Amino acid sequence: MRVGENLNRALHGLLRDDSSVYVLGEDILDPYGGAFKITKGLSERFPDRVLATPLSEGAIAGAAAGLALAGEKAVVEIMFGDFAALAFDQIMNFAAKSVTMYGRRVPMPLVVRCPSGGHRGYGPTHSQTLQKHFLGVPGLSLFEVTPFHDNRAVLDRMLALGEPCLLFEDKVLYTRPMYGEGAVDELFAWRPVDDVAVVELADGGDPDYTLIVPGGLVHRAVSAMRTLLLEHDLAGALLVPSRLHPFDPAGVPELVPLLARTGLVCVAEDGTAGGTWGEHVAAGLHTRLWGTLRRPVALVSSAPSVIPTAVHLEREVLVQDTTIRSAVLEGLHG
Amino acid sequence: MNGLADEDLALLLLIRCFERKLLALFAQGELNGTTHTCLGQEYVPVSLRPLLRDSDWIFSNHRGHGHYLARFDDPEGLLAEIMGRKGAVCDGVGGSQHLRRGRYLSTGVQGQSLPVAAGVALHLKRHEPGALACAYIGDGTWGEGAVYEALNMAALWRLPLLVVVEHNGIAQSTPTSAQMAGTVAGRAAAFGVRHHALDDLDVAAVRREVAPLIEEARTDPGPLVLEFRTHRLGPHSKGDDVRPPGAPLIDWYAAYRAAHPAQSARIEAAAHDRVERVAAEVAARPPASWGGS
Ligand SMILES: Cc1ncc(C[n+]2csc(CCOP(=O)(O)OP(=O)(O)O)c2C)c(N)n1
Ligand SMILES: [Mg+2]
Repeated sequence: MRVGENLNRALHGLLRDDSSVYVLGEDILDPYGGAFKITKGLSERFPDRVLATPLSEGAIAGAAAGLALAGEKAVVEIMFGDFAALAFDQIMNFAAKSVTMYGRRVPMPLVVRCPSGGHRGYGPTHSQTLQKHFLGVPGLSLFEVTPFHDNRAVLDRMLALGEPCLLFEDKVLYTRPMYGEGAVDELFAWRPVDDVAVVELADGGDPDYTLIVPGGLVHRAVSAMRTLLLEHDLAGALLVPSRLHPFDPAGVPELVPLLARTGLVCVAEDGTAGGTWGEHVAAGLHTRLWGTLRRPVALVSSAPSVIPTAVHLEREVLVQDTTIRSAVLEGLHG
Repeated sequence: MNGLADEDLALLLLIRCFERKLLALFAQGELNGTTHTCLGQEYVPVSLRPLLRDSDWIFSNHRGHGHYLARFDDPEGLLAEIMGRKGAVCDGVGGSQHLRRGRYLSTGVQGQSLPVAAGVALHLKRHEPGALACAYIGDGTWGEGAVYEALNMAALWRLPLLVVVEHNGIAQSTPTSAQMAGTVAGRAAAFGVRHHALDDLDVAAVRREVAPLIEEARTDPGPLVLEFRTHRLGPHSKGDDVRPPGAPLIDWYAAYRAAHPAQSARIEAAAHDRVERVAAEVAARPPASWGGS
């Protein structure tokens, strides 16, 4: 099953099982079913709780927060994650704040879905991954769709947190298959550890390096790992968390050997460097594993640039499998 | 002015004395941070009080002490919140501008509450027909885009949303004439939203005038904008009034006291005493403790 279909089914199941769930967004009604078709079929089945909104990202997020405040649960689709900027006040200064600023905890079950990322030629304002702008806000959790994590479980978990969550969805993933249990390909296998999908060589052994990436980079990371293995004889491990923030891999005992004993830890992410998720993860690892890390954590971001539209220009700016491969080689041997 | 029931006048003067006390406490250095008093505007929430129901939600703003006291007879909890003392409504975390108690909630970001109120109104329309979400905003707040996004949504979805505009002719230091093109009425009309403006400061007259409109907003849901042309007597927050001193200010209380001196004196004395007692008692309390995030 493709990731987009998994997400669509997750929303169907959620609306079916919980009559307090609403889905709101622009152009999400059938037969259109959303800009990326993730909401397809929802409005026909649940016309009362699947609401097409005007082009008003701030009010969509605010109204969703109002529903949550009144005891309902809300899932919002921001057509392109870039436009979450227009909902920033409602998310950061209302929904997240409300969880704690009134002294006693106010449950705020609210998910803001953000189709994100480039590689599709949508240009500078329709291709970004805005995680870094939402990091470290009290009462706000960040998640990202991955090809490993079943989205129904992820949605249930986010809503159960009782605080607003952003769900980043790399648009490229929608048409990629979900990995079933175990196998990634003929070389690599995966297993869940805590909420982290761990991808390793199917025949085991200690890795030479470990990558940490959000769901959207999984295919680029696995491709880099294949080349590093086949052309450079380097075995890698890959960690893919479902919840990006807060995220403390060094706090998961089973992950520590993959971080402390490996030759290099490299965190790769989309978006420009500077105050990023990857830098935050790296700072955490440096603090928690100081003295056991073999090298400073390496970081991979996209180039310090807007994301161009033309395919050849876009490719130069965005993180590619080759970018990750070079970072690992440089980190280990440079 | 028409005579008021003792109960209404007592509430009006409780709010008046409470706000005066806050400014005095600030002047004495007893209060931290900031606050916005509703001196001159007390009659707005007091007029609406019997027209709103327990099942209604109220969204208040930075100038919200009167809104709170008209909903809850709790000057102790409010003052404790403002002073950061034990028994504070929100454990001292929210302070003057961020209060929540049951279906009452205030936020300090202008315009932010309107979309939230629309979401709550959507819930009410479906699950508690007849109840409404009431949001207080000032005239300056009509500069915020959130107001229009919410009005549009609420009009499209026919949500029971009551927008109470306290149009006091000024926003912080800027007169309305320097910040609003057109009118509130024109803006409401653009969305096909019911609008009614009032100049009256007389509680009984206001109630008579708006009661059928509010009732209609309940039975035939859709937003209703009630625009009170009102008067901010005090500074925006504290000591920050840049209007020329001595400019004529319209005060409902001055007019009322002139018409009903004996009742006014009696009830003001009682309200004043109550606020003094509350202030002394709350000031003596230990600091608020917060369970944390
Ligand atoms: C989004 C936002 N911008 C600016 C402010 C600072 N501020 C607080 S009150 C205020 C004036 C509001 O004027 P108005 O809506 O007329 O209400 P009034 O103070 O007159 O009651 C301003 C600018 C704020 N709190 N929120
Ligand atoms: Mg004003």
